[in-house]
Amino acid sequence: MKRWTNWVLLLLVAVLAVVPLVLVKDSEFAGADGAAEEAITEMAPDYEPWFQPLLEPPGGETESLLFALQAALGAGVIGYAIGVYRGRLQNGKE
Amino acid sequence: MKGRRTRSSFLLIAGLMIYFLLNTPETGHAMHIMEGYLPVGWSLFWWAAFLPFFFLGLRSIRRIVKERPEFKLLLGVAGAFAFVLSALKIPSVTGSSSHPTGTGLGSILFGPWVMAVLGSLVLLFQALLLAHGGLTTLGANAFSMAVVGPVVAYGVYRLVAGRLGKQKIGIFLAAALADLSTYLVTSVQLALAFPAASGGIAASFAKFAGIFALTQVPLAISEGLLTVLVWNWLQAYNGQELTQLRLLKKEG
Repeated sequence: MKRWTNWVLLLLVAVLAVVPLVLVKDSEFAGADGAAEEAITEMAPDYEPWFQPLLEPPGGETESLLFALQAALGAGVIGYAIGVYRGRLQNGKE
Repeated sequence: MKGRRTRSSFLLIAGLMIYFLLNTPETGHAMHIMEGYLPVGWSLFWWAAFLPFFFLGLRSIRRIVKERPEFKLLLGVAGAFAFVLSALKIPSVTGSSSHPTGTGLGSILFGPWVMAVLGSLVLLFQALLLAHGGLTTLGANAFSMAVVGPVVAYGVYRLVAGRLGKQKIGIFLAAALADLSTYLVTSVQLALAFPAASGGIAASFAKFAGIFALTQVPLAISEGLLTVLVWNWLQAYNGQELTQLRLLKKEG
């Protein structure tokens, strides 16, 4: 039972991510906050953002680097913890 | 039994890898209120609303680290989980992308306040380096993602797992509803700051919720499933600490 539950969970996650890609045609899947920005402009046309980001990635490539870095850091910590807990379990308690 | 353990950890690593491959970061922004897009008064208001929880979280973390140093690594996992999930922009049914929050796991493990610190660190990283979210809007974004989300997760988990005794379903719902409530709060924050000319705050809320919350529905489900996945793994290798945490919470 337990052996395949995790596989099923993963499969469901993958399906949830892929289905929109297949179903929704001609969309770039841009971020939802872009859409929010448009909505704000619509509701308050005179609104000017009063503060600019201090650092902005110069382009998509740099941005994806930073996102990949963020994911990698997190995954690294989780992977390290897996190793520690497994080692602890195999060496008996303590 | 050993074979099964090896298999399931391979599974987890493989799963995370597949997940990354499917969700390679795309250009374009995802969620959170962008830098400068909340009027000054509201920015300050949300900062003030968020800070007390941040200090509660600091106190909570300090206490955990001092009294139970063996939980440090588990704290790291809770933070790392939020870090990973926030970096994944997942396509959604509305034709736009957004990312999960990953705050449910930490709230279930350590109670809601810890995530006020861990979650806002994630937001700070994204605001400083990615121009994603912002410093002026950090208070508002942290309030929705690192305060309301975790509180909802904690409450739902206590109710479903504690009162009804359905642990796995509790974890799933806690994580999924934390995700959804985060973006409902974001919609409320934007609606309060930008009421529509006709229909006021309510009309404005409907519009923002249509953008944010709707996009978030499949992601909330994904987040719930992933949280259960990580929980299963923690239970397989570290059931002892999880049991201790539950006991601690009963005492505290």
